[in-house]
Amino acid sequence: MKKIPNSKFQNPKIGKEEVKHIAKLARLGLSEREIEKYQKELSKILDYIEKLKEIDVSNVEPTFHPLKIKNVVREDAQLKKDIDEIKKLIELMPERKGGYLKVKKIL
Amino acid sequence: MKLENFTIEKVKEGLIKKEFSALELTRAYLEKIEKEDKKIGAFLTVCEDLAIKQAKEIDEMILSGKKLPILAGVPCAIKDIILVEGVKCTAGSKILENYVAPYDATVVKKLKEAGAIILGKTNLDEFAMGSSTENSAFFPTKNPLDLERVPGGSSGGSAAAVAANFCVFSLGTDTGGSIRQPASFCGIVGLKPTYGSVSRYGLIAFASSLDQIGAMTKNVEDCKIVFEVIRGKDEMDSTSVNSKFKIQNSKLQFKIQNLKIGIPKEYFIEGMDEEVEEKIKEAIKKYEETGAKILEISLPHTEYALPCYYIIAPSEASANLARYDGIKYGYSKISNLKSQISNLLDVYFESRGEGFGKEVRRRIMLGTFSLSIGYYDAYYLRAAKVRSLIIRDFERAFEKVDLIFTPTSPTLPFKLGEKIDDPLKMYLSDIFTVSVNLAGLPAISIPVSKVKNLPVGLQIIGKPFEEEKIFEVAKIYELSTSNK
Repeated sequence: MKKIPNSKFQNPKIGKEEVKHIAKLARLGLSEREIEKYQKELSKILDYIEKLKEIDVSNVEPTFHPLKIKNVVREDAQLKKDIDEIKKLIELMPERKGGYLKVKKIL
Repeated sequence: MKLENFTIEKVKEGLIKKEFSALELTRAYLEKIEKEDKKIGAFLTVCEDLAIKQAKEIDEMILSGKKLPILAGVPCAIKDIILVEGVKCTAGSKILENYVAPYDATVVKKLKEAGAIILGKTNLDEFAMGSSTENSAFFPTKNPLDLERVPGGSSGGSAAAVAANFCVFSLGTDTGGSIRQPASFCGIVGLKPTYGSVSRYGLIAFASSLDQIGAMTKNVEDCKIVFEVIRGKDEMDSTSVNSKFKIQNSKLQFKIQNLKIGIPKEYFIEGMDEEVEEKIKEAIKKYEETGAKILEISLPHTEYALPCYYIIAPSEASANLARYDGIKYGYSKISNLKSQISNLLDVYFESRGEGFGKEVRRRIMLGTFSLSIGYYDAYYLRAAKVRSLIIRDFERAFEKVDLIFTPTSPTLPFKLGEKIDDPLKMYLSDIFTVSVNLAGLPAISIPVSKVKNLPVGLQIIGKPFEEEKIFEVAKIYELSTSNK
């Protein structure tokens, strides 16, 4: 991961441009009014979350998952799926052609 | 038929003694829902046809003298974020308004095999994000005990359905308190099981390292029975595990005199309702009178649990909810014939911008921010480390005590509209419940008292996979009040 220097203790209050950037990353189409609203709300929430910076975590390992299991594996074989279930999945697609999912052009 | 008296055992008794048929019972519940749910709003979908078909099957079993499965003929309701094949599953969101579940969730499959009758799907905060059920894209649910107040959330519909006697039990989900807090607000019993004890296959994901499905019931015994039915390892959920849990006779497996109950001093804070505090202390006193040892303990990182949760849960949600892209299923701008969209990116922007509600968008934004380059270390990674400290607090406490008692909620059920415009204030409703999810522990909420007709819930937290002990100890309270 790329690290931006001094990012750790930056002021968390986010600017309008930053809110727009995050909305773009999250693929959320927001109106100008919503951008302004989220800027205020997120700043307030981030201010509250600042509290975590009071704790020294320098020698603490992170926990991403409460169970101490890892790498659950299964045989690398095709799972049997009911043909009706597959049909139902295809029917849920908003745009399709034959048995295929249709998408808008990317370029 | 007095529906308010039905528990799992009483349904079974009535069916065996032929006091009523499964079909009659199911119809009685459906009629009650039809008549009374308009004012409460517990259900998003009532699946009458499915329920009647299931009830007829149970009646045939009775007629042919077959041994009845444990939940035979017991009417239940399912939170509308858990898939029931052929029935709409909206997650309380416009983005899944017309989504019909293509398969059964593992818990639903297990309930069906156990003979339970599925009456319908219950209302919730959109994608289970909220503490009042006001974030539902469709309508808010009201607390059956006081229609001006919220039932709690996010499993508010499931809690209200049980409290209003629209079903015998329901399933809810709990990511930060979403079973326990509404159980507390509606005066019923609700268990969040140990992370991994119940399969999440067929549960629409919110935050995958926190989500668990659990039962919401009128009493502790029913909660135990339903938990026993739905628990266990499932090959479709690789985070599910097999745990030791056997239904025992109701006899205590341990002596109450040997039981050590921890009371964390950090859970009795300024700002909580005095009446709630008082009632919880009375309940703890009751346990002391039965001979249990009460010890004051400390969970020093408690005040960091909520900010930690509000980074981790939205971060996971922002990744999980990336799947709603207007392409594979769900609301899509391209289904609108008037739409002028010609490129893929705009399909994403417009489908997601219009399909998700306010709170869901807020959390996706918060999560995306916490995970983005430049902020990951300061937010997400730091929160994941704080999570380790919160877990360590519990591990240390459980070296000294068997169970931990706290209030479930710092307040009594609040009024509709009271907190909806202030997200931070709403988040504070979860202050006593989120730590349990971060640590993956089991915890139950049981009704212990009332303040002016509004219920107060006691939260009992156990060690991982020790649900059995939680149930046994919770029953002690029930017995102590029913004997009076």
